[in-house]
Amino acid sequence: MIAYILRRCLYAVVILIGVNLVTFLLFFKVNTPDDMARMQLGAKRVTVEAIALWKADRGYDRPLIFNAEAQGVARLTDTLYFTKSLEMFRLEFGRADDGRDIAFEIRSRMWPSLMLAVPVFLLSLLVYISFALLMAFFRATYLDFWGVAICVGMMSVSALFYIIGGQYLVAKIWSLVPISGYAGGVDSVRFLVLPIAVGVIGGIGSGARWYRTIFLEEVGKDYVRTARAKGLGEVAVFYGHVLRNALIPILTGSVVAIPLLFMGSLLTESFFGIPGLGSYTIEAIQAQDFGVVRAMVFIGSVLYMIGLVLTDISYTLVDPRVRFE
Amino acid sequence: MFLPILLWTDALVFLLIAVAGAFAFHASRHEHLRAPWRRVLRSPAAMSSAVVLAAFLLVGILDSLHFRPAIAVGTESQMAARLKGGMSAQAWAPEVKSALDVLLERMATRKERTYSAPLATHAFSKETMELPGGGQSREFPRLKFGGAHLTDPADDWSGDILRILLRGVALALVIWCALTAVLLVAVRPNKTLNIGEFADATWKGNTDVPWRAVLVTLGVLLLVAVPAWHLSANYHVLGTDKVGQDVLYLSLKSIRTALVIGTLTTLIMLPFAVLLGMMAGFFRGWVDDLIQYAYTTLNSIPGVLLIAASVLVLQVQMEARPELFPTAAQRADFRLLFLCLILGVTSWTGLCRLLRGETLKLRELDYVQAARAFGVSKWRIMMRHILPNVMHVILISVVMDFSGLVLAEAVLSYVGVGVDPTMISYGTMINAARLEMGREPMVWWSLASAFGFMLLVVLSANLFSDAVRDAFDPRVSVVPRKTRFVLRSQRAGN
Repeated sequence: MIAYILRRCLYAVVILIGVNLVTFLLFFKVNTPDDMARMQLGAKRVTVEAIALWKADRGYDRPLIFNAEAQGVARLTDTLYFTKSLEMFRLEFGRADDGRDIAFEIRSRMWPSLMLAVPVFLLSLLVYISFALLMAFFRATYLDFWGVAICVGMMSVSALFYIIGGQYLVAKIWSLVPISGYAGGVDSVRFLVLPIAVGVIGGIGSGARWYRTIFLEEVGKDYVRTARAKGLGEVAVFYGHVLRNALIPILTGSVVAIPLLFMGSLLTESFFGIPGLGSYTIEAIQAQDFGVVRAMVFIGSVLYMIGLVLTDISYTLVDPRVRFE
Repeated sequence: MFLPILLWTDALVFLLIAVAGAFAFHASRHEHLRAPWRRVLRSPAAMSSAVVLAAFLLVGILDSLHFRPAIAVGTESQMAARLKGGMSAQAWAPEVKSALDVLLERMATRKERTYSAPLATHAFSKETMELPGGGQSREFPRLKFGGAHLTDPADDWSGDILRILLRGVALALVIWCALTAVLLVAVRPNKTLNIGEFADATWKGNTDVPWRAVLVTLGVLLLVAVPAWHLSANYHVLGTDKVGQDVLYLSLKSIRTALVIGTLTTLIMLPFAVLLGMMAGFFRGWVDDLIQYAYTTLNSIPGVLLIAASVLVLQVQMEARPELFPTAAQRADFRLLFLCLILGVTSWTGLCRLLRGETLKLRELDYVQAARAFGVSKWRIMMRHILPNVMHVILISVVMDFSGLVLAEAVLSYVGVGVDPTMISYGTMINAARLEMGREPMVWWSLASAFGFMLLVVLSANLFSDAVRDAFDPRVSVVPRKTRFVLRSQRAGN
């Protein structure tokens, strides 16, 4: 199994190099540093010197992948690809357009993001599974029908509506919590309750429905019939057999999302003014700060690849039938 | 006189309609394709939502017929001068309009100065006005168009609204009765039932196809649309937004944007996803490795960020080359098309993986082995034997993706990487109205209309796609039946 996991890790690195190349092409070849400079400097009548200065200031004045003027190893290292793209593997992201160190920003903004994302993730899992369990247990009854109907209705509503509606109802009309903002320490609870609730409620529709399908798929399997045939009651069949087996796809499916929790949530964070990585990304997109967007793309894919490797590991741990040679 | 304009997305919309038409024609001639569609036809929820979707589709198609209206050239001497100068005798307005704009001209052109509530006669906020005898007062000014025909709004308003509503409802009922009669005559199964019996069966809901649901939905649609249309002659039915635009007009114009994003994205990515997915499953080996590598790489980049990055790059490139886009409409249209393209790039991986798995299974089946033994070429096997058998996967994924894409548009426009800011869409409407949340009293109608229309589109799309999935997916349709049987036998046992 260790050999298998090692192989998956190697594959992840190969994928990351691909991601690195794609982002490099997008940000440096399609969209040259000259374009970036022109846009940041604003006006259309920008002098060539100003562009050169802007590029030199940020280290964009190097050749793309091969520096013919340099000597020895520097021919390969003193290039845009090496300094701007490969350096990201060392978690060195350079500076944002406002001069701050991106790596530092990410490290400090990670915590508010996690404070929001982890409770949303855990609560969601709990709520969706319970709701789905209820619907699946009373399958083909009115409870199930209306449960699914509510789910379809809820998943047809835009995520923006839950946020705006929640802010309006809870924060403005009822004045239970502040509309937006953030504070460190224990005080943060006050600011986080509403975003967490909105995050959980917003996903009930698709989440509960998806888990219900998984439960129903398990209910149709042969071992369930066997369990019934040996005289087990419906409750025992459901909790003793169906639930345990259905948890395998649910757990392995959720593992991939765990590392991505670091990235935070774009919408919720920016609406509620939580200084996490999600709002950092949105601010960067709106300010057209390519350095930050590039860094976030890279981190996002690293986390996703970690998630995939973790999924593989969890498969082997949870499901003894899965064996890799 | 007008000059027809074919924008890129228009062309693709018409291509899509042609493809759908060809597919429908093909399906109607093959029993095995007709059977699942018959199952869709029998679902009341699917038929009701199909009626709603058809109404939206109609609006979307009307909004895709673009043209530039003629403008008056003026006197004959001016015209002669134009002819002499080598120009055509006709001059075209720089602004691109659609057939829908012509239909809704009265909504589009009657702009107020700023916010006004739905059906209001007065503006939403007080303004300082000069009194005729000198001096100033602060009051709510009358609207330029909303209820402008009323002499005394305080007294006449409710009576006027009620009168228009009643007239609209009456007309809606007349139209509905006529449509019902036409429908009953048109769809009556010949010979077995006479028209009275068929009407009776429809009323009781005993028909094969749930015509009752269709008629009820149609009735509700008409009851909403016709009075609203009547009211729009004198009022702003859903109020006006910050720059005084009629919100109902904006909501109707947004339909096309939503439909284009929901359908063209899939249309653009479909050829790649199908071809690559089938190739990966069929050829295996290095082809499979390469394709898998490509989609895992794309998949591992967070979708929103990839879209954001691409749109940012596009913005820079478009700003650097303004000469490519002569009119604002073309610019906005190109950006919409690009958004579809990049959404397609991020969403093809799911379908590709599904198709790869399905093809892996199919290629081991006997009929494929037999075809191979006969020496049928690989491409021919893929086209003749594998493609028709993965068609249901493709269809299901197309209809399931639609609603997600419509919702994604709003989110992306909020982030600032969605459609062009000048393009009317639910995302831009929400984005513009969001800042007015803090106002007291709140400006709620823009948000409510955008969310309401979006809910209607997405909900009916969801219901319809569920029915399509249930009809086409062999796995799904089996599971509920089994469980239902189990439950019933249990109850019998108790």
